[in-house]
Amino acid sequence: MSAPNRIVAWSVALSTLLVGVVIASAALGPVRIDPLTVSRVILSLVGVGAHEVPATHRTIVADVRLPRILLAATVGFALAAAGTVMQGFFRNPLADPSIIGVSSGAAVGAVAAIAFPALVPIGSVHLPAFVGALVTAFLVYAIATEGGRTPVATLLLAGVAIQAFLGAVISFMIVHSGENLREAVIWMMGHLHRSTWGDVGFALPVTLVGVLVLGAYTREMNVLLLGEEDAQSLGVSVERTKLLLLALASLVTAAGVAVAGIIGFVGLVVPHMMRLIVGPDHRILLPTSALAGASFLVIADTVARVGAFGLPIVPVGIVTATVGAPFFLYLLTSREVHAL
Amino acid sequence: MTDGDALPTARDGAQIDVEDVAVSFGETTVLKDVSITIEPGELVGLVGPNGAGKTTLLRAMSGSLEPDRGAVDVDGAPLHERSSKAASRLVAVVPQNTDLSFSFDVRTIVEMGRYPHRSRFSPPGEADRAAVDRALERTRTAKFADRPIDEVSGGERQRVVLARAIAQQTPILLLDEPTASLDVNHQIETLELVREFVAEGRTAVAAIHDLNLAARYCDRLVVLSEGSVLESGPPESVLNRSVLAAAFDANAVVTESPVTRTPTVSALRSTDAEATVPDRVHVVGGGSTAASVVAELAAADCTCTVGPVASGDAAAELARGQGFETISVEPFTPLSDADREVARGAIEDADVTVAADLEVGAGNQLLLEELAEMDSLAVLEDRPFTERNHAGGRARELYERCRQRGVVAPPTDVLEAVAEAAARPEPSRTELEADDD
Repeated sequence: MSAPNRIVAWSVALSTLLVGVVIASAALGPVRIDPLTVSRVILSLVGVGAHEVPATHRTIVADVRLPRILLAATVGFALAAAGTVMQGFFRNPLADPSIIGVSSGAAVGAVAAIAFPALVPIGSVHLPAFVGALVTAFLVYAIATEGGRTPVATLLLAGVAIQAFLGAVISFMIVHSGENLREAVIWMMGHLHRSTWGDVGFALPVTLVGVLVLGAYTREMNVLLLGEEDAQSLGVSVERTKLLLLALASLVTAAGVAVAGIIGFVGLVVPHMMRLIVGPDHRILLPTSALAGASFLVIADTVARVGAFGLPIVPVGIVTATVGAPFFLYLLTSREVHAL
Repeated sequence: MTDGDALPTARDGAQIDVEDVAVSFGETTVLKDVSITIEPGELVGLVGPNGAGKTTLLRAMSGSLEPDRGAVDVDGAPLHERSSKAASRLVAVVPQNTDLSFSFDVRTIVEMGRYPHRSRFSPPGEADRAAVDRALERTRTAKFADRPIDEVSGGERQRVVLARAIAQQTPILLLDEPTASLDVNHQIETLELVREFVAEGRTAVAAIHDLNLAARYCDRLVVLSEGSVLESGPPESVLNRSVLAAAFDANAVVTESPVTRTPTVSALRSTDAEATVPDRVHVVGGGSTAASVVAELAAADCTCTVGPVASGDAAAELARGQGFETISVEPFTPLSDADREVARGAIEDADVTVAADLEVGAGNQLLLEELAEMDSLAVLEDRPFTERNHAGGRARELYERCRQRGVVAPPTDVLEAVAEAAARPEPSRTELEADDD
């Protein structure tokens, strides 16, 4: 199968899977709803025909479950796409979307808003988290850049250092967060409860635009895998491309983290999984990872929300880490993970 | 814009002008005041010891490194004044180490060579596909085009990187040690391919470690030493003992390969005996043993005379190549009186005479008579004399006398043997020299 056909085939298959997972997830919950009814609600929401559905079911699906499910899909899409870009960018299998400190920056903003509502009187956690994430990414980039060049190794180490520093700031704020402690901790764990259509309206457009533009740079990502010097001799404007990839991946990550907190392992494990299946070519790896990430997080959040397998209801970050960490260990012990 | 029919056909070669380029990394000066011009249709080899600045010079030419001083003009303007893609349509690079530790298949890697020719949103066109297929064929990588790059051998990878550069279809090709990890047949194939590239009027510069390959394939060699150009010119004129000594600190002899008719460098052991090796040595004998003896003596800065030796003999060829006086005789004929006189003169003029695994026959038995009277004589033996004696009992007797008077050693110890022979007290010689004073 030729490369473009392969991309289309995989994308269609994974999109179909995602739709199926979304419908199944919306059917599950304290109130079981027939998947057919769920489909009818979704169809009328997107304006395809008018369907007769019981009002309570319509409310549960459209106002309670779907925002959360679509937000899970959006965040999974964003984190897996950003993780793919970062792993390729750093040519490091351990890279994840937050490698340059985006999540720590978001956490500083979010925890400040939660712990000291008087000091950050915005009333929303998303905005300070989003701003904190982007400021941190910019700061790390600026620190690592010298004379118009941004060596990847310096970027990585600057990211580690800034994360350590911000970790201290976050710990300080949490210690002094008083009665807001629980909420701050839950935010740090990554959660999707109380999701609204407003959250989706914020995260989805940023993510879609960001990933679409990244999609136009997949050939550059491939060439950059050969090393910067080779990429330069093949005509890639290396520093400009690096800045663009870093900025977009950070933007997309920031959008996801701002609405859902720090959800680990999605951006680390899903790209590896897809790389094993479709290979390292970013033209196919980026779309498939993003779509698989969306399905993965919807499933994980369904487990978190419904309390499947007799588990108590927990923040989704706990589920992704519980599933993701053992899977990642399995990858580490298999040969493939070394071959980025 | 391009047609994939031939090798790169985008346009003919372009000129590279390196002017007073200096590059330092921190405190270390890597290049200082390097100026060279590389013309279209020329394959220029950069040679020199490790750390001489070959790779740095190539990187300055490819634009991946900005010189601290000076300028590199490619086709009339510095590369950094062009867009990245335009620069990559002008210069292709085959780097020494490409990090290919991920499993792209070979064809995908070669397709990356088309990057500078494609716009962001257009799918690969007919020209792109043809250029990739052609490059795969030319480098004989087509047969494993669908294998992952991390599953092919190191030599195959190097050819894949070359294929990528060829698919780039540029007028200029820069190669850093393109043959370093290849086996001998692929070394030749690779350089033949570069020659074809150059024959089409393109420009190529290659850093090549192997001096013999460099001499064989390059139109011109630039010898770099400690960051400067030591010598530049055709291989025959550049590769010589003094340049090799200056650049590589090597004790080497340059001969013409009888097979390729191009200069061949043989590095020899560096010797402490050099100081005590006499200025002038006469070598009697023929074949490969005598040739290597002459080479070692030449490398020790000793002037040799050789003969009588059959014209066309390896030792005769080598001696002539070094500009040494050679007494050539027709093969299989008895030694004429005239030749014997010349030989006697040469032996008398020499500080030491060496009999190099000497074969004795009816033709040169008379010569043995001369040698048997010599005091400063080194007798080098590889095979027992019985195998080399085609003359008879008298010859055996004379040869035994030579062995008793002279220093007997295996041919590999020529320098030590010659030094020892020169140091022996010899009444007749001392008297002679006293007369001269």
